Amino acid sequence: MEQMNTAPDMSVSLGPLVLTNPVMTASGTFGYAEEFVSLVPLHELGGVVVKGISVAPRAGNPPPRVVETPCGMLNAIGLENVGVDRFISEKMPFLRTCECRVIVNILGDFIEEYAELAARLTDIPGVDGLEINISCPNVKKGGVAFGTVPEMAAAVTRAVRESTHLPVIVKLSPNVTDIVTMAKVVEDNGAHAISLINTLIGMAIDVRTRRPKLGNIIGGLSGPAIKPVALRMVWQVASAVRVPVIGIGGIGTAEDAVEFLLAGATAVQVGTANFYNPSAVCEILTGIQKYLLEQGEQSVQSIIGTLRLEG
Amino acid sequence: MSEFQEKSRVVAVEQLADTFYRLTLSAPQIASSSQPGQFVMAACGPYLDPLLRRPFSVHRRCDTHSIQLLFRVVGRGTELLAAKRPGDVLHLIGPLGRGFDIDDADRVCLVGGGIGIAPLLFLAEELRLSQRTCTVLLGSRTAGELHQLTVEFNALGCEVEVATDDGSAGYHGLVADLLGPCLTGVKRCYACGPTPMMARTAQLCLAGRIPCQVSLEAHMACGLGACLGCTVHGTADRYLHICRQGPVLNAEEVAWNR
Repeated sequence: MEQMNTAPDMSVSLGPLVLTNPVMTASGTFGYAEEFVSLVPLHELGGVVVKGISVAPRAGNPPPRVVETPCGMLNAIGLENVGVDRFISEKMPFLRTCECRVIVNILGDFIEEYAELAARLTDIPGVDGLEINISCPNVKKGGVAFGTVPEMAAAVTRAVRESTHLPVIVKLSPNVTDIVTMAKVVEDNGAHAISLINTLIGMAIDVRTRRPKLGNIIGGLSGPAIKPVALRMVWQVASAVRVPVIGIGGIGTAEDAVEFLLAGATAVQVGTANFYNPSAVCEILTGIQKYLLEQGEQSVQSIIGTLRLEG
Repeated sequence: MSEFQEKSRVVAVEQLADTFYRLTLSAPQIASSSQPGQFVMAACGPYLDPLLRRPFSVHRRCDTHSIQLLFRVVGRGTELLAAKRPGDVLHLIGPLGRGFDIDDADRVCLVGGGIGIAPLLFLAEELRLSQRTCTVLLGSRTAGELHQLTVEFNALGCEVEVATDDGSAGYHGLVADLLGPCLTGVKRCYACGPTPMMARTAQLCLAGRIPCQVSLEAHMACGLGACLGCTVHGTADRYLHICRQGPVLNAEEVAWNR
């Protein structure tokens, strides 16, 4: 096969946010990046989406918090995080040294909290964008409602946009009847990009003790097990909106990532794979480049949404 | 703190008892930087099921090139490990977490229950290098699980007492029952095993004002401080993360009644 001699252009744009490549890490699976400093060359990443931040610190759920399931895992961490003050003072200094895009995932129980977080983070050096977590299923109030009620998702998106000039990504929950409705609503209310999917709500039971395996009883399913669901939703959403879509859900190899790009995603986030294979992000990056060379493509942008449906 | 993602080679597989196995692994980077009480995350299988790596404390550092892991077969991950053969590859991340503090205490006591004995052999080796007097109390279900380990602790010059659930060796009962009389003159205690055993050890040490460290375990997805899955209840109404704040904790940091 005839191959290109020059390296393909890997850059992509998420609205106003330009990434050097489309491979990011997903919120909640990569800590604040410092946890991986000895294992992952952080400057090679397209972006890091940090663990979700709330106004006040959160202690999280009682243990057990994680349980393995076939080709996946359930988690009920409960949004444990250091809070925005400590995030800015303790975590941002390291993140500023990473030489990659830093997206801060924000979450709250009230619209005012999302707006406050957006305003607080706006002028912090090194923060390149915000991802609104309207979809985390682990908190009884707030989280679920914002992600499953279109009017609430619209209101949060609008409030964040009005509070910041940073690029705003809205991360959708898959635990809805019609994902396309949710995507259109956040697009109409100003989202610069849409990321999906967050975890699918699931459960596991220990039959000997007859107790739930998670302290929180239910939790979010992630990992390779959810990839087909995520891919379907990304394809449906990318086909229905004009803003860029970021594919998330069970991506662990370059082939997985390319599937999402072909389905219409402009970028991808690698999540659970960071846990079982910290090298995954770098393997995916080099694997996409190899694929582009093999396919004779000069840029990653030229394959986005090129799924063939006819013939 | 330096951590490595290392492709280790299996050097030897030993079956010490019915479900007790020990792997010797060539892993020069991890071997040369491990401290007693630290752990590794091992990718037990080659596929996506089982998905997550499993945490194992470093059982022994054989030399600067190789380490040993001691484990009980309890599920699919450990079944795959037990089926490894010399020459097989095992992907490791480590050394991880906070290990045991070794201070100038000249007389120490080590308490191990079941597979919790694993990190104590490495600890005993380090302690005996500097000629500390080590009393080692080992408990398990039955004699077979303790035989080889007892020989090895003895070879290091430790004084060993054993307890078994079935009375097939040593004291018939809980290893923590042996602790009281042994604590006289002891300056520091280390424990790893079932939670009730560690709680009892912590209680006796607290009463005797003897510093005590415990090594805990929890389900974890990453071992790196990212998943925040491996929590235990700490005192001061907060959660502790086993992977980064532990696995070795001071006994008074743990809320034993939760």
